[in-house]
Amino acid sequence: MDSDLSPQDKKDLDKFIKFFALKTVQVIVQARLGEKICTRSSSSPTGSDWFNLAIKDIPEVTLEAKKALGGQLPGIGRSMCVEISLKTSEGDSMELETWCLEMNEKCDKDIKVSYTVYNRLSVLLKSLLAITRVTPAYKLSRKQGHNYVILYRIYFGEVQLSGLGEGFQTVRVGVVSTPVGTLTLSCAYRTNLAFMSNRQFDRSAPIMGIIVDHFVDPPCSNQRPANMGHPCNYRAPDEEDGSPFAGVQDSQEVCTTSFSTSPPSQCVCTLSPSPSKLSKPLPLDSLQLPLAPGLVTHTALHAGKEGGVALAPVQPHGVDAHLTVEHTPNTPGSSGDDVGLSQSGEGKRDGGRRSDSPSDPVESLNEFTRKVGAFVNKPSSEITAASLDLPFAAFAPRGLESEEDDLMVQPPASPPCPSPLQASLHSQGSEGSGQQDDFVMVDFKPAFSKDDLLPMDLGTFYREFQNPPQLASLSLHISSQSMADDLDSLPEKLALYEKNIDEFDAFVDMLH
Amino acid sequence: MNCRSVVLEVTVEARQVEEAMLSLLHTILLHRSSGKFHYKKEGTYSIGTVGTVDIDCDFIDFTFVRISSEELDRVIRKAVSEFKDALSNSGSDGVGQISLEFYQKKKSRWPFSDECIPWEVWSIKVNVVNLANEQERQICREKVGEKLGDKVINIVEVINRHEYLPKMPTQSEVDNVFDTSLKDVQPYLHKITYQITDSLGTSVSTTMRRLLKDTLAL
Repeated sequence: MDSDLSPQDKKDLDKFIKFFALKTVQVIVQARLGEKICTRSSSSPTGSDWFNLAIKDIPEVTLEAKKALGGQLPGIGRSMCVEISLKTSEGDSMELETWCLEMNEKCDKDIKVSYTVYNRLSVLLKSLLAITRVTPAYKLSRKQGHNYVILYRIYFGEVQLSGLGEGFQTVRVGVVSTPVGTLTLSCAYRTNLAFMSNRQFDRSAPIMGIIVDHFVDPPCSNQRPANMGHPCNYRAPDEEDGSPFAGVQDSQEVCTTSFSTSPPSQCVCTLSPSPSKLSKPLPLDSLQLPLAPGLVTHTALHAGKEGGVALAPVQPHGVDAHLTVEHTPNTPGSSGDDVGLSQSGEGKRDGGRRSDSPSDPVESLNEFTRKVGAFVNKPSSEITAASLDLPFAAFAPRGLESEEDDLMVQPPASPPCPSPLQASLHSQGSEGSGQQDDFVMVDFKPAFSKDDLLPMDLGTFYREFQNPPQLASLSLHISSQSMADDLDSLPEKLALYEKNIDEFDAFVDMLH
Repeated sequence: MNCRSVVLEVTVEARQVEEAMLSLLHTILLHRSSGKFHYKKEGTYSIGTVGTVDIDCDFIDFTFVRISSEELDRVIRKAVSEFKDALSNSGSDGVGQISLEFYQKKKSRWPFSDECIPWEVWSIKVNVVNLANEQERQICREKVGEKLGDKVINIVEVINRHEYLPKMPTQSEVDNVFDTSLKDVQPYLHKITYQITDSLGTSVSTTMRRLLKDTLAL
């Protein structure tokens, strides 16, 4: 198969695939940092912009990607996967999506490596930029920081999609045929985003769809000790065929590609090594580097890199890398998880959270210690927001019925309120300030947004009260009446004044 | 040659028209633009770098990626703004369509003027709805965001079929294939036109041409 490809083409192709894989990881991770990305176009090529796209290289991400690849390239049966997961302040985590770069055997011998393949890889990267903003995890990642963080993990080998729950969707970003196989880039994303709710007080029925923000301390401080030192139980695929791929030099080479147009059918690509390092970042201004603000950096300090470093010698091909440089407790049956969860979970997780065992706390706790999927997959009928047909309905504004039963929303001992409007404002106040140590993040309900308390919305209210009745004293009818009365009483008043004329004169003299 | 034609349809509120059109047109142009070509001796050329910018929509729960080029953005915004004005002036039930056409110029000998041969046309049909209350508007924000996401996936799917693209031109021919008037990026030659159908069903055609090099007309 390779004999048809010239050595130079083969070398170029390997290089393209390698840097494509690295850039793919950069695009995906940067799209999940929670910030808007902005890079500049430059009319003169700088020599470090692979595929003619300004994609910054975050050094840690490149390092993790290279570690995961281990000198190999994505190939047939060896896929490169980037797994994006969400981790709450409680330590619960959930896989959101898995991006896969795969290769199959379908080759296109006639395609020109240096020209067509390169340009198509460039288009594929652009498509990846567009698609990463479209999957549900993007919106989640933009809101991360306070209640949860987004983590990434790169692995190489067989694609694992079991953590995405039932009914996950797949979107294909694109394909590029090459003489050695067809590269496919796709994303499988979770659609069932039902969260576990964690409460401190007893509940008889499980609550769905409300995120609870318990923590006042940095998110994982209570789990840190338990998880420290535990290598993530990454299921290493048995792809240890050993020899690192010899042809690709992990070097400082960058691509200064020039194309030839003379004659148009011949395209010659010259790659010239440049002294600049590959990972030299572009002079970008507004790219905000990591990580979710505040809390995450805080944990990075004392959570430490131990988790990350400990992984390296153990699992060369699959390393957990985190935006927060902390440990993903994605470990089935790991004792660390048990401890961590039982520490925080004991009092909170009563009442059961699984649909199959709603009333047994012990069983629910045990189920909780399973791997990702610590979140109940409730049937969609229980998810009232599902009727809105939103993939991440749990995060939608909560104008829905479940709150009627929700003690957190309607606190049991609310004082009587004189008017419905005041009632809604009051309950908002108590939601926010009622429990200092146990915050419920319920979406803000502005007045008029629900029509069960005051059966009208803002527009109707405005229209109705736009034309209040006239003030009585301002009405023309009444004023004219009083004028007539005044005129009638005038003669009497005049007679009275004439009688008392002496008094008036004395008064006037007094004033002088 | 055959011209590839893609039709996308969206239903939005009046205030969402502008952002919806911008998001889709920019997504298409992101894929149909290249860095600036720099021709060197011996017929080789190098390509400049294209940057990208994330844009959050104000009236839709959606973020899209556009090329980092203020000039291009201005041109597209102007076209979309005219389309939006035409749509709103036509009446509340109006249906409109905005088209982004990529073409190649074929030089003809005198006395004939150059031909513009389209090779890809993207048409976006817009249905404008009016909503009664805030709750519906909130739902609309999210739903339209999802729909636009689906459209982006459609666009990416079509583009990644890697069907016909004009051949990379020599230096003398580059203006027949690419728009070289922008200083930082080089999209394929394109023009944006639109059509408004008012509620009576009659077609009120308004064409806005955006030709980048004026063709000499006799």
